[in-house]
Amino acid sequence: MSAEPAVTTPTAVELDGVENWRLQREPGGLCWLTFDCADAATNTLSAAVLGELGRVVDVLTGSPPRGLIVRSAKDNGFAAGADIREFDQMLDVDATVQRIGEVHALFARIETLSFPTVACVHGFCLGGGLELALACRHIVAVDESTTRLGFPEVLLGIHPGFGGTVRAVRYCGAVAGLELMLTGRAVGARRALQLGLVDRAVPVRHLDSAARHFASAWQPRRETGMLRRAAGLAPARPLVARVMRREVTRRAPEAHYPAPHAVLELWRKYGGNERAQFDAEARSIARLLTTSTSRNLVRLFKLQERLKSHGRTAPGAVQRVHVIGAGTMGGDIAAWCALRGMEVTLQDRAPRYAAAAFKRAAALFRSRLRDRYERQAAHDRLSLDIDGHGLRRADVVIEAIIEDVAAKRELFADIETRAPSEALLATNTSSIRLEDIAEVLREPARLTGVHFFNPVARMQLVEVIAGDTTDAAAAARACAFVTAIDRLPLPARSAPGFLINRVLSPYLQEAMLLLEEGAAVPAIDHTAKQFGMPMGPLELADTVGLDICLHVGEILAEYSATEVPAVLRKHVAAGRLGRKSGAGFYSYAKGRPRKLRDDGIELAQADIRDRLVLRLVNEAVACLREGIVSDAELIDAGIVFGTGFAPFRGGPLQYVCDRGIDDTVARLERLAASHGSRFEPDVGWDDFANALTAGRP
Amino acid sequence: MAGRARRDAAAAVERRPVYIVDGARTPFLKARFGPGPFRASDLAVHAGRALLARQSFEAAALDEVILGAVMPGPEEANIARVVALRLGCGERVPAYTVQRNCASGMQAVDSAAQSIAAGRAHLVLAGGTEAMSHAPLLLDRELTTWFAEWSGARTLAARARLLTRLRPGHFKPVIALLRGLTDPVVGLSMGQTAEIISRRYGIGRADMDAYAARSHQRLAEAQAADRLAEVVPLIADDGSVYDHDDGVRPDSSPDKLARLKPFFDREFGNVTAGNSSQITDGAALLVLASEEAVRRHELPVLACLRDCAWAGLDPRQMGFGPVHAAAALFERAAVAFEGVDYWEINEAFAGQVLACLRAFADEAYCREELGLSAALGDIDPARLNVDGGAIALGHPVGSSGARIILHLVAVLRANEAKRGVAAICIGGGQGGAMLVERS
Repeated sequence: MSAEPAVTTPTAVELDGVENWRLQREPGGLCWLTFDCADAATNTLSAAVLGELGRVVDVLTGSPPRGLIVRSAKDNGFAAGADIREFDQMLDVDATVQRIGEVHALFARIETLSFPTVACVHGFCLGGGLELALACRHIVAVDESTTRLGFPEVLLGIHPGFGGTVRAVRYCGAVAGLELMLTGRAVGARRALQLGLVDRAVPVRHLDSAARHFASAWQPRRETGMLRRAAGLAPARPLVARVMRREVTRRAPEAHYPAPHAVLELWRKYGGNERAQFDAEARSIARLLTTSTSRNLVRLFKLQERLKSHGRTAPGAVQRVHVIGAGTMGGDIAAWCALRGMEVTLQDRAPRYAAAAFKRAAALFRSRLRDRYERQAAHDRLSLDIDGHGLRRADVVIEAIIEDVAAKRELFADIETRAPSEALLATNTSSIRLEDIAEVLREPARLTGVHFFNPVARMQLVEVIAGDTTDAAAAARACAFVTAIDRLPLPARSAPGFLINRVLSPYLQEAMLLLEEGAAVPAIDHTAKQFGMPMGPLELADTVGLDICLHVGEILAEYSATEVPAVLRKHVAAGRLGRKSGAGFYSYAKGRPRKLRDDGIELAQADIRDRLVLRLVNEAVACLREGIVSDAELIDAGIVFGTGFAPFRGGPLQYVCDRGIDDTVARLERLAASHGSRFEPDVGWDDFANALTAGRP
Repeated sequence: MAGRARRDAAAAVERRPVYIVDGARTPFLKARFGPGPFRASDLAVHAGRALLARQSFEAAALDEVILGAVMPGPEEANIARVVALRLGCGERVPAYTVQRNCASGMQAVDSAAQSIAAGRAHLVLAGGTEAMSHAPLLLDRELTTWFAEWSGARTLAARARLLTRLRPGHFKPVIALLRGLTDPVVGLSMGQTAEIISRRYGIGRADMDAYAARSHQRLAEAQAADRLAEVVPLIADDGSVYDHDDGVRPDSSPDKLARLKPFFDREFGNVTAGNSSQITDGAALLVLASEEAVRRHELPVLACLRDCAWAGLDPRQMGFGPVHAAAALFERAAVAFEGVDYWEINEAFAGQVLACLRAFADEAYCREELGLSAALGDIDPARLNVDGGAIALGHPVGSSGARIILHLVAVLRANEAKRGVAAICIGGGQGGAMLVERS
């Protein structure tokens, strides 16, 4: 963002030992403070950055300008927040309270400077970045779709710590301010203006003028409306807090996710007394940083970054994607790619086979793109291509036809003759060996698997499969493509079920066996949700589709010498395929499961929990042993992002580490004795345990 | 005449050949209840995307995009540019929109051809688009004035006075489509001009209905035999598939058509909704190329656009337009009437096409109206609109002119014929005729 003053020439102010900030003074007396983290693409508020900011404030206090405009030199935004890498060093509560207190003092100095201050915000302005902006008297935001302001801290198991819990409520009122922090959802510039978070949302062309307007003379502060203030008045506070707590508990139980509850508690107890609020905020966040929830969520955040980094190694931009097969997966992959800016041709035998895909694509664009011109452009990027003309120009070809080896072979043999020789060839198969398809290719090394999950728009993870024949460069390009469409690539080896279906299958199977033994559907699903799963296994099976569960189950049963539960066969034979057919383990009204009576046999919740979870965990250890993915971290990352496995537990392997490996293995042995060999601990446990004692695997 | 011949000779020297290398159109969708699923720009984008996807060149290789459109939507100013950008031609490919009423699509093709013939362009996307079902309702002029005064009224008393001036009649919407289909100089609706010229040759209701039924039969047969390969399917946002011209009534018959009431002259007229072209949405596009472009991009030559002629005549008898334009074409192009293998004459009205056939064969008409020494000749009905026409598949005014050229090429190829003429009558008293040749 270059908002360089047009007329006057600013002069740089020398700041000794300051690397991340630049200060310029204009002849008219305005100062521009530019935030530009050295050797980084994104601005973050590390301890060093904050220390330097303190020195800048010293300089400004020593010779006050007429006004100060704070802005970022980075293309992607103002600032992304605190430096997550430093969280590991903040496990001592007292030291953290002290450190947070210093930041509070710094921000308080900024807030009380003797001249007007304006934060000029574009792109990401999140967490600590937003808190810094809020310490300025005014905020001017660029009115573009890339501008996002918010407090994502709860997603890391903490809450704002640089005064955000105080200032968000001060400017937005209690309900909206708390909502921002409780959901972690970022808002756009216009919404931020409505909330009272910023003073103006202006197009880039007026950013400079708007910033100067607020910096050149004292302007009134943005006002919080009467109505908004009302919820924060002492008599209303307990009531509002109670209502919000009920809502938060429904989404995130306190035992699993303490942070949002802490936000509410801070406000309920200390609302109206800002000084006490600041102190309480420091103590609260220092405590939260030490919780296992926070440490696990922070680890997952870093793992997410690691998954994304898989996509950074391959060169070559992808622009044109050709998808063959307009069924649920093919159609949704095509629509998602178009949403993410790719030019997509979608091929199927006749228009009627693609009709539903285009309908869903229209719904996706409607829900994701508010701007009608962006929506129109997305529509224009997705086209029906019965004759497959798009193949000739495709950068990526994705096959998503029926799971039939012969059909796929025939198709790929044809694709290879028609697609450009440098195009990436990918199959979305979930059950056919890549090598079996690649056989027909003149260059088998080109074929990779990109295994998306349903629904594509909600499932972040994509397994990128390399078969024995796959070239490493091709797999790297597939990862780059997955990253380019804003999904997380998980490199995995070609083996039945890959990682996700492989570990889910025994988990779902066990749920069905419990059902056959007489446990009730609600008891099983409830237990899994208590453990922290976003959805119970039986509802999950219904959502995936029971026919698909059966298909995958049969393939894996052959591989692992287990049996497919009879109840699954029975449902599929009767045409009860789950959510899509209106009935499965549940029956569905308007897409929502009807409540079932809890009338099964009595089983201890801990037994149900361990039977479900430990089968998944045991299989995860087997996958680690077989090298389905390269290490334990990727097992955890894949299973959390691919199945929704209780994120606050950090993944199945992290879970057994916290629970204790010996305890887990002993429990598996007991279960094997009482329920059969399917619980026998995998031979990989020893290696896993040894690697752990030697340092993290 | 000598002067014109000299000019033509000079032009012939400079004129470079113009080739049709490909073309596509949307299905023509009959307007049923209110606005259809696609706007005019959406239609052209769909047809254009399918067409460009199969070319050997990138969209950005086009030199120009030219579209005909009579009534583009308010958000579609210079619709050709809107379409070019949405098709991914890029910022650098210029585009403009032409308007010659019912012949706008033909005008676009002619403009593209002229540009190539003059050596100014090598590769042009040209055609027409119209979403007649999206034609707006307009406010009564007095009401518009009233609104202007209302926004200027400052005092309560002034506003109160204005309120008393409102009359229920002010709120009767003006149907822009009907206004557009009424001649702005002589005040006749297009249907009434068809009444005039069919009367002139004594063409009766039965003749018109028989012709209309045959148009439906021919289209139905062409659809069944898959002879409309230029049609690309569309899928709307609600998942509905549109893959054929849906105005066709395969069960249409003269008897059924005879039951309809005259639409334009209600008591004594013959022209009914059944023997007129339909109100329809659709787009048709062609890719035109110079010799150099054909070579550079290895394009297939489907046909050559030899020449195009335009003529003016009495707006009250605009339906004779094809006769006048064709006469001008033959005079200049050194091609005899008998040398034409196939004809497409746009079916604005059954009575109008029949009147044109009579005029072509009428020595008196050709002598008095066209200054010829003899009649032009008879057109064999078996070589005219062989796969049906606008009565069956509709007349989206901006695109019909391009559609008949596109389909004429398909007919010539299917029959391994050499020469064809596509002609169209134009509201306001004009005609256009395009000569297409295969080598």
